[in-house]
Amino acid sequence: MTTAPVPTPRPPADETLRSALAVRARPRRPNALSASLTHGWRTLTKFRNSPAQLIDIVLMPVVFLLMFTYLFGGAFAGSTREYLQFFLPGILVMTVVLMTVYTGTALNTDITKGIFDRFRTLPFWQPATIVGNLLGDVVRYTIALTITTGLGLLLGFRPAAGVTGVLLTMLLLILFGFSVGWIFAALGVVVRSPESVSGTSMIVMFPLIFTSNVFVQTATMPGWMQAVVSVNPVSHATTAARGLMHGTATAGQLGLVLATCAALIAVFAPLTMYLYRNKNQR
Amino acid sequence: MDSPSSAAIETSGLVKVFGGTRAVDGVDLRVPAGMVYGLLGPNGAGKTTTIRMLATLLRPDSGTARVFGHDVVREPDAVRSRVSLTGQFASVDENLTGAENLVLLARLLGHSWGRSRSRAAELLEAFGLTEAANRQTRTFSGGMRRRLDIAASIVVTPDLVFLDEPTTGLDPRSRNQVWEIVRALVAAGTTVLLTTQYLDEADQLADRIAVVDHGKVIAEGTSGELKSSVGSGAVHVRLADAARRPDAEQVLAKTLDAAVHLESDPVALSARVSDPERVAHALVELSRTGIAVTDFSLSQPSLDEVFLALTGRPAENTDTAATEEAA
Repeated sequence: MTTAPVPTPRPPADETLRSALAVRARPRRPNALSASLTHGWRTLTKFRNSPAQLIDIVLMPVVFLLMFTYLFGGAFAGSTREYLQFFLPGILVMTVVLMTVYTGTALNTDITKGIFDRFRTLPFWQPATIVGNLLGDVVRYTIALTITTGLGLLLGFRPAAGVTGVLLTMLLLILFGFSVGWIFAALGVVVRSPESVSGTSMIVMFPLIFTSNVFVQTATMPGWMQAVVSVNPVSHATTAARGLMHGTATAGQLGLVLATCAALIAVFAPLTMYLYRNKNQR
Repeated sequence: MDSPSSAAIETSGLVKVFGGTRAVDGVDLRVPAGMVYGLLGPNGAGKTTTIRMLATLLRPDSGTARVFGHDVVREPDAVRSRVSLTGQFASVDENLTGAENLVLLARLLGHSWGRSRSRAAELLEAFGLTEAANRQTRTFSGGMRRRLDIAASIVVTPDLVFLDEPTTGLDPRSRNQVWEIVRALVAAGTTVLLTTQYLDEADQLADRIAVVDHGKVIAEGTSGELKSSVGSGAVHVRLADAARRPDAEQVLAKTLDAAVHLESDPVALSARVSDPERVAHALVELSRTGIAVTDFSLSQPSLDEVFLALTGRPAENTDTAATEEAA
C-alpha cells in the first residue's frame, strides 16, 4: 500500500516506558464468545485494511456470471434472460464455496508466521482463533453475496420469492459457507504453506463445482453423470438456493442442505480443534 | 534449600528429540526471579527449543520444567497466565496496524475495548511507535517490528518474559533500544530469560548466563565467574616511543612473570595476567624505568575466549543443527 518514507522513531521515553510497565493488574480472562468475536474483529479489520481482497473475491463470480450468461445463456436455456433466472442462484453457491478457501489460507498464514505462537501462550479459549476466523468470513460472504446478487438484479434477475427469497437464500448459503469453511480450516492447520492450501483446494474445487447443477440442468446429462451430480453437496445447495429464490423450495431440499452442514461441522470442527491443539507439540 | 517461589524457572533433565537429533539433551536450569538470565550459544544449540518448552508450546520428551512452581505440561494455563513469549520471528499480524495488533492482544487478555485502546496507545508511546500507530506493520522496519513485538508481550506486564534472540538482525541503535527495554522490564520486577548468540549481549544484559552447546548446558554462572573460570585477563600497554619496546618487554616479563606478546602495532604489547595484583607493580616499574606509557589497561577475557576454552572451538554456528531448530 503506502511506501512513504519511514519517520525516524524516537527512542523509548524512559518515563512513559516505566509507567507503561507498572501496569501489572491482570484482567479476568475473556469468555469464549468475547475471544471469538475479537478474532472475528481481527479478520474484518484485516479485510478493511486491504480492500483489494474484495476484488479477488468477487472477480471470479462476476466474470463467470457475465461470461456464462451472455456466451452460453442462449444456447443453454434459449435466452440469456431465461438462463440468468436459472444461473444466478448457482453462481451464488459458487461464490461462497470458493471463498471458504480463504479461511484455510488465513489460518495457515497465522501458523507459518509467528502469531500462532503468541496466541497459544495467551490463556484464552483457544478454538476462538478458528471460530473467530469463520465468523469474520461470514461477513465477507455477506458482502460478496450482496454484490453478486446486486449485479444479477441489474442484469435482469427477477426472483419470484422477492426480497424474502433473496434473504433466505443468503442465510442458507452463509450457513453452507460456514460449514464448508471447516474443511479448509482443518486443511489450513495441516499443510505447510498458505500456497498449498489454495493449490490443494483448486484441485478439489473445480471438479466439485463443475460436476454439479450450478451451470446446467441435470436432465441434460447422461445417466452416470446425473448420478455423480445428484450426490454432490454443491448441487443440493444450488437446488435449495433456486427453490428459495423462486419460491419452490421443498422441506426435503432444505433438510438435505442443513443435514450436510450439520455433518460437516460435526466432523470437521472437532477434527480441526484437535489438529490445532496438537500442532507442533510432537 | 531455597523456597520454590524464589525460582522463576526450574528444569531438570529436560529433553526434546526431533527425529534423530537430541535438540535439547538434559538441560538443568535454575533461574532466580527478578533477573535477566541469558542462554548463550550458537544457532542450533537448543536455545529456542528450550524456551518453547518453557512457554508451553512444545511438550518435553522427558524431564520436568516448572515456571513459578507450575509444571509446564500439567498446568499450562497457570504458566501462560504468568509468562509471555517474544519469538525469534516477529509474531505480529502484518496486515494490522501497530495499534490494532496491541488492541487485539489486550482484548484476548480480557481488557474491555476502551481499556484496550488506551493501553495500546500507552504502549506505542512508551516504545516510541506513536507515529507508526496507524500503519500496517508490514511497512515497519526491523527495529520497529521488534519493539512492537516486545510491546505485544507486555500488554499485561508478565512476571516472566522469554525473549528469543531479541536483537538478531537489528542495527546497533535499535539493539540499544531493545537493551533499554530489557533493563526497564527487570527494573519493573519482571524476570527475563533471553537467548542470544551475541557474547557481548549476554555480557551486557544478563545477570547470569548458561552457555548452551549441542543441547547441553556446558557452563553456568555470572559473566565474571565464567570469565575467571577460564583464567584472568590480560594487560595491554601502549608506549609513546616504539624504540623503548624491548625495554618494556623486559620489565613486563619480569614483573608479571608471564610471556609478553608483541602486537603488530610497534608501540603495543600485551601479556596474560595470572595475578591481578602484579599489574599495579608493573605500571610502577615501567614509570621508574622511564618508559613513557600512553595507554595501560587490564581486560577480562572476552566471552569469545570463554566459549573457545569451554568447547575447544570458537562460537560458530553449527549449520547442520540450525535447520532442526527452525523446524
